[in-house]
Amino acid sequence: MLRYIIKRILMMIPVLLGVSFVVYYLMDLAPGDIVAQMAPQDATPEQIEMLREELGMNGSVFERYFRYLGNLVKGDLGMSLSQKRPVMELFLERFPATVELAFGSIFVALLISIPLGIAAATHHRTWLDGTSMVTAMIGVSMPSFWLGLLLIMLFALKLGWLPSGGREGFVALILPALTLGANQAGNLTRITRSSMLDVIRQDYLRTARAKGVSEKQVIRKHALKNALIPIITVFGSTLGNAFGGAIMIETVFSWPGVGRLTVRAINDRDMTLATGCIIMFTMFMTLTILLVDIAYAFVDPRIKARYSK
Amino acid sequence: MSEKAIAKERDLILDVKNLNVRFETDDGIVRAVNGLDLQIERGHAIGLVGETGAGKTTTALALLRLVPDPPGVVECEKLELDGRDVLGMSIKELEKVRGKDISMIFQDPMTALNPVFTVGDQIAESIFLHENVSYVEAQKRAVAMLELVGIPGERAGEYPHQFSGGMKQRVVIAIALACHPQLLIADEPTTALDVTIQAQVLDLMKNLREQYKTSLIMITHDLGIVAEICDEVAVMYAGNVVEKGTLEDVFNRTKHPYTEGLFNSLPNIRDRKAMLTPIKGLMPDPTALPEGCPFSPRCPYAGDDCAAPQVIRSISETHFVRCCAYDRPGFHIERKER
Amino acid sequence: METTRRKFTSAELQQYKKRSMFSEVWRNYKKSPSAMIGLVIIIIIIIAAIVAQFVYDYDTDIVQQNIKERFQRPNAEHLLGTDQYGRDVLTRILYGAKYSLSVGIVSVAISCVLGSSLGLIAGYYGGFTENLILRVCEVFAGIPSVLLGIAIMSAFGQSIVVLMFAIGLVYVPMFARTARAAVLPVRDQEYIEAARVSGVGDLKIIFGHVLPNAMSPIIVQVTMGVANGILTASSLSFLGLGVPVPAPEWGAMLSNGREFIRDYGYLTLFPGLAIMITVLVFNLMGDGLRDALDPKLKQ
Repeated sequence: MLRYIIKRILMMIPVLLGVSFVVYYLMDLAPGDIVAQMAPQDATPEQIEMLREELGMNGSVFERYFRYLGNLVKGDLGMSLSQKRPVMELFLERFPATVELAFGSIFVALLISIPLGIAAATHHRTWLDGTSMVTAMIGVSMPSFWLGLLLIMLFALKLGWLPSGGREGFVALILPALTLGANQAGNLTRITRSSMLDVIRQDYLRTARAKGVSEKQVIRKHALKNALIPIITVFGSTLGNAFGGAIMIETVFSWPGVGRLTVRAINDRDMTLATGCIIMFTMFMTLTILLVDIAYAFVDPRIKARYSK
Repeated sequence: MSEKAIAKERDLILDVKNLNVRFETDDGIVRAVNGLDLQIERGHAIGLVGETGAGKTTTALALLRLVPDPPGVVECEKLELDGRDVLGMSIKELEKVRGKDISMIFQDPMTALNPVFTVGDQIAESIFLHENVSYVEAQKRAVAMLELVGIPGERAGEYPHQFSGGMKQRVVIAIALACHPQLLIADEPTTALDVTIQAQVLDLMKNLREQYKTSLIMITHDLGIVAEICDEVAVMYAGNVVEKGTLEDVFNRTKHPYTEGLFNSLPNIRDRKAMLTPIKGLMPDPTALPEGCPFSPRCPYAGDDCAAPQVIRSISETHFVRCCAYDRPGFHIERKER
Repeated sequence: METTRRKFTSAELQQYKKRSMFSEVWRNYKKSPSAMIGLVIIIIIIIAAIVAQFVYDYDTDIVQQNIKERFQRPNAEHLLGTDQYGRDVLTRILYGAKYSLSVGIVSVAISCVLGSSLGLIAGYYGGFTENLILRVCEVFAGIPSVLLGIAIMSAFGQSIVVLMFAIGLVYVPMFARTARAAVLPVRDQEYIEAARVSGVGDLKIIFGHVLPNAMSPIIVQVTMGVANGILTASSLSFLGLGVPVPAPEWGAMLSNGREFIRDYGYLTLFPGLAIMITVLVFNLMGDGLRDALDPKLKQ
């Protein structure tokens, strides 16, 4: 088991290095000279070059990347030009909001998709099945930011029940989590349904029926526990999707998370902040998914058995 | 004497009359069981023999009313278990009967157990559902049951994937016998197992059956198993019984041409040079069964009279055959001597 | 003797097999009403997008401002209303279909060619090559697609061509994985071994024997990829990083409408509806294709 964890962590390191390099390199290509922006208006080219050296922004992109990486390990991502504060501080301040939104949305998604997927599977080829599948397909096909705007129009502007943005109190989480959750629910409903359909045909349900277990219990106890396994195994990637989707949703709902911070940094051409945010965001996301995967290996005896060999 | 009185006199545990099961699929109506009659006396073991696709498993499922609907449609004139009408039972009553009065062992132990519950829980569930005991008590009895089928009780907390095929089938047997059913249906319980394990499992079933005086329907295509375990044999073909009798009747006084074909296709240990004589042709398409005897296209004795619907006729008090050739004067089959 | 018994040349046989497979897939595909609806609407959208290019003039109908007619709610003259510059929303949506469709299709073409080749190579050669390709894919798949898109767009500047490449790159790992997964079960088959032993070149084996096996999942991935590509493109445009204004890209129109969401909700509603319907029909088609290509999986 320990070997599995260590192996997973070791495999993660090159990926994290790759991710940070790709992002750093791309952002470095972006037009505009950060140092020139930072320097006073009347600075001479010589003064700018001096400042560049001072900031460690001289040399090739590789040199700069490794210097950046060294600072990152020390917890220093540079100063945000637009906000005049350390990038790391800004990131850590905003990250909890993104985590909250991501987990909130997954909660909503599970709440919708599991009952819907089961109902669709147990009523296979009826109107209920068809309707849930079309609904799920629409959920997958909807641009999440559009759904968010529609919900704002209805619940915030027209009915005035819920706030249209911000992060004050639990009510503020409802609309963003619902929007992002609906997006996730489409996929999860389809997974639940197909895994349930697969389980329903299994012999062991016939064994349960032959024992005298009632049909309700056959579905709720014997089938459900098996059907949930695929849902659990995709939890890591669901979490990844939720994090990725949060970027759009945060912009729509003015949710003070990392996604909104990043988008704003790009709009402000604050490349130091944008680079730091994207790298840190991806790293944290990857690590969270890794933790979830490892947790499952502990929970499910069969995954454990597979890796202990 | 009324029919019921005869039934009482013979103490039938199971009485089925005119059972029909069909599956209505996109590709047509599959007639799996066609007018089957079956009576089993209390404590008897009957072997249900036939080729794959003869409708044996479907018959068994119909007895528990477990034929999937849709696409399955079950029609029956009479289906009585221990004198109680199973057909008229509500779902609730049925659930009380399943696993308690009648239970079933399935063919493939690899898939018959739920992978996410411990074997102890799976046995205890049956006891908990049918006997008026606490769950803790049910689990205690499940452990005892496990030991009875030859598995150490401490393994009750393990999951099915930790057991071998033979062990799993023992667990399935433990589940089926947990509430001491009056009738046990075993659907090819040893087909999926290794030969050495087969013998062990059969032995176990034989002993437990004698211990609990359980009546048994043994579904198999292995005539050897029938000879070892059963008192009576019913030979099925295309969804109906074509010959039924005691072991003696069917094995030594074979009457139906199909039964004869089954015996002739067995290898003869005493004359290994003798050619096997397989039955020619295939089972008829269950979506388009012939009007008359379904075996007639493959039957060496077929005549014009076979095109008419067949009726069951009695040869002796215990021996019945569904073959019109016995109307022909002096007809007899020519089974090879062993 | 051998030659006289051969009734078909292998090329003929191959062609016969191909034709019968196509008609078989089509027969299965036709059975699903939702897949057929998807296909029909896709054709309608494509035709509408093409016709719109000829009917409307970009300068006068699409971007020219007409302040007199601004903020007209949907009515008989302007079925979907007009925006804050008095431009007809329906006209812009019809004309703008070309952006979503072309970005979706071109980007998928890029990721399909690039990703499938990488996946085939990885699956076929195995070992170090496979490991390297998989790790690189993992890097790109590890960055959320919108963030990767943002990074690429800010690196190379905003234009429709960059957008196509950005989204194409985002979905490369998906195709690589699909292709590799399809190759794995074939890799060690005896007929591949036989071809290799008899001196057939690697490229020929990959394209002649391995690729056909990976075809079905790749085709499904392509349709689904178009749907995803359109979604990602509209997301980037919504953030102001996609097709530059004043082009009537649907995501950009939506972003523009957002400003007036309180009073003129239709400016938000209709472009989003256009995105959703287009994405939906491609997803429906992908679903139908998956079932048609692999009837065993159908449930």
